[in-house]
Order: sequence, then structure tokens, then C-alpha cells
Amino acid sequence: MSEAILDIPLDSTKTAINPVEPYLRMDRMPHIWCPGCGIGTTVNCFARALESSGLNLDKVAIVSGIGCTGRVAGYANLDSFHTTHGRAIPFATGLKLSNPELQVVVYSGDGDLFAIGGNHFIHAARRNMDIKVICVNNLTYAMTGGQTGPATPTEVISATSPYGVFEPSFNLVQLAEAAGASYVARWTTYHVKQLSRSMEEVLHKKGFCFIEVLSPCPTLYQRRNKMGDGLDAMKFYKEVSKVRHGAPTSECALTRAGEIVVGKFVDRDRPDYLELLNRQMTATLGDRYATPEVTCSEG
Amino acid sequence: MAKGQVAITVERCKGCGFCVEFCPTHVLALSSAFNSKGYHPPHVVSGEKCSGCDLCGMYCPDFAIFGARHAR
Repeated sequence: MSEAILDIPLDSTKTAINPVEPYLRMDRMPHIWCPGCGIGTTVNCFARALESSGLNLDKVAIVSGIGCTGRVAGYANLDSFHTTHGRAIPFATGLKLSNPELQVVVYSGDGDLFAIGGNHFIHAARRNMDIKVICVNNLTYAMTGGQTGPATPTEVISATSPYGVFEPSFNLVQLAEAAGASYVARWTTYHVKQLSRSMEEVLHKKGFCFIEVLSPCPTLYQRRNKMGDGLDAMKFYKEVSKVRHGAPTSECALTRAGEIVVGKFVDRDRPDYLELLNRQMTATLGDRYATPEVTCSEG
Repeated sequence: MAKGQVAITVERCKGCGFCVEFCPTHVLALSSAFNSKGYHPPHVVSGEKCSGCDLCGMYCPDFAIFGARHAR
């Protein structure tokens, strides 16, 4: 066997550094997520997307709300904001408007973004605010004990629906498209390569971008529904997901055990909020309109 | 010889088995040994088949494993 010279320096397996470690706060590991939870996998993909995007990490900020996925802001080695419940998008909007140079990523869960913060989501999408929303959808309120959330499919047993959920659920991708998002995609934690590529794509795209990632929740969702552990959920995703790029989002609703349509559904260009604001102010005020100076950037 | 190899941080592993299941060349298996938290980490069973694709690294939710390709 010849000398092991590696692309990634790997002197011995004891001292090797994982390529995602520079993007994470390793002093906080191990993280709080359960064995079999997919949130770690999405963070892994996000770290790799950051690496391949070549962005200046001082110009990327990550904002999270509350919940299992809300912990991501605490683990990412970026400027981060762990905000109040549901208010990740308003905080991100403020951050983006006060410092337009920043690439602002909102990383939160389905309950935080669509129940408590549902109104903020649709209005940020309507205005085409230049923020990137990554929603890890585990189909329940996991941190508080597995209650029915807005994305919980019908017929599922949850802590607050012991006889099965009877309310219709949100189709998150359709909601995002209808509200006016520039980019809408859905992947599962099984599609790591595609997810990572999608995340890289949105980091270079202007406007409101939305990626929904379906993630296993073995402890609070699957246990009650006898769906096995995290690995069973991954095998289920592998089996039932179909990649259909550009599929009409109205046909992509999630059911308890039905087909999961994944892919990039919407990729369009609309003028974003700051562009419209500057355009109107320049048209109205002319020379009297001074573009606000950024005072909080480095240097 | 193997095109690559994997590095496993045993103490960070929570034994979910994603890397074992999705390794395209079936290099890994869950070990019968425990780490200090009581989980079964993966171990390399056929290292010569490793292509260094790093798919295990992408799947790992605990950042406990990664693959690297030997430079040619």
C-alpha cells in the first residue's frame, strides 16, 4: 500500500478533522438532537453548501426561532441570532434592511415558521425580502412533546390528537409559491447531495428563497405512529420520494404514507424589497434620496 | 488498494446507522462495542472497498464520520 496522501489531510484517524468542523461550534457538540433525527444531516449539508459557495463567512448571518431546529443558530459558527418563537423572519428582515450586504439565512422548523410565525412568512414572501428560508419539516412540534402542528398530515396520531389528526394540513411549498417566493424547493434528508446543491444555489440567488426539508422525528412523531426509527424513515423517503422538478406545487401535498414529490418547483426572478424601495425613493426624491449607509460592517 | 478511507469519531456517534445503510460500497457495519454513551458506533469491515466518496460524512447527523480520497 502506498503512502496515504489525502485530499483532506488525514494523518491518523485519531487526529483527523471533519471538513464541516470549521463551520460549526464544535465546543457545543454533541448536540441535543435525538439519535436518528435528521436535523444534523441538514446542518451537515448546509455547512458543505457554505464551503462550496465560497461566500465570505463574515457576511453570512443565520437566524433561528424556537424549537428543535431553532438550535441550529447556536451550533453554526456564523454570526447568529436565536430569536423569540416564530419571529425569526422579522428579526432577519431587520437585519437585512439595516445591513444589505449580509446574506441572511433563516433556519427554523415547521411549527416556528408556519404556525407561530406564519403571518411573517407570507408577508416576507410577498415583499420578496432577500432572505433565504430553510424549513426543516419534521411534521410535528417536537421540542414540546409532539403536538399537532400546521404541517402534521391527517390521520396521524399526535400528543394532542390521540384518535388521529382530522384537520387539513398546510402544503408548505404551495403556500410559499402562492405568497410570492422566488425559489421554492423540497428535499428530504435522504437527498443530501441535491439538498446541498439547492442550498448553495439559494445562497447565490436574490430574493425570497424557500427550501423545505423533510426530516425524521423518531422520538415524537414516528414512535406514536409505529413508523420505526430514523433509519426506517430514511428508507421510507428513499422508497416513496419522486424527483419532479417544476411540478405544480398544488400536486405536492404531503400525506401520511403517500408519495413525496421532491425537487425544485419554482425558480423565478422578481424585484426584491430593497430594489423596489430604492427605485421608488429615487424616482420620488431624486438627489435628495441618499442610500442609507451601512455603519455596522467591518473595516 | 482502497481509493480512500473513513475516519470515525466514536465518542460523537449516536448509532443511527445512516452511514452503514447508505454507504454505496458497504464498507461499514455497526459494531457490537459501545461508546461511553452506550451507543454502537460503526466500524470499517471492508476498508479496501472504500472509494472516499464522503457520502457517509454527508449523511452523519452528528458529524462523527467522514471519508477522504487518497491523492493520486
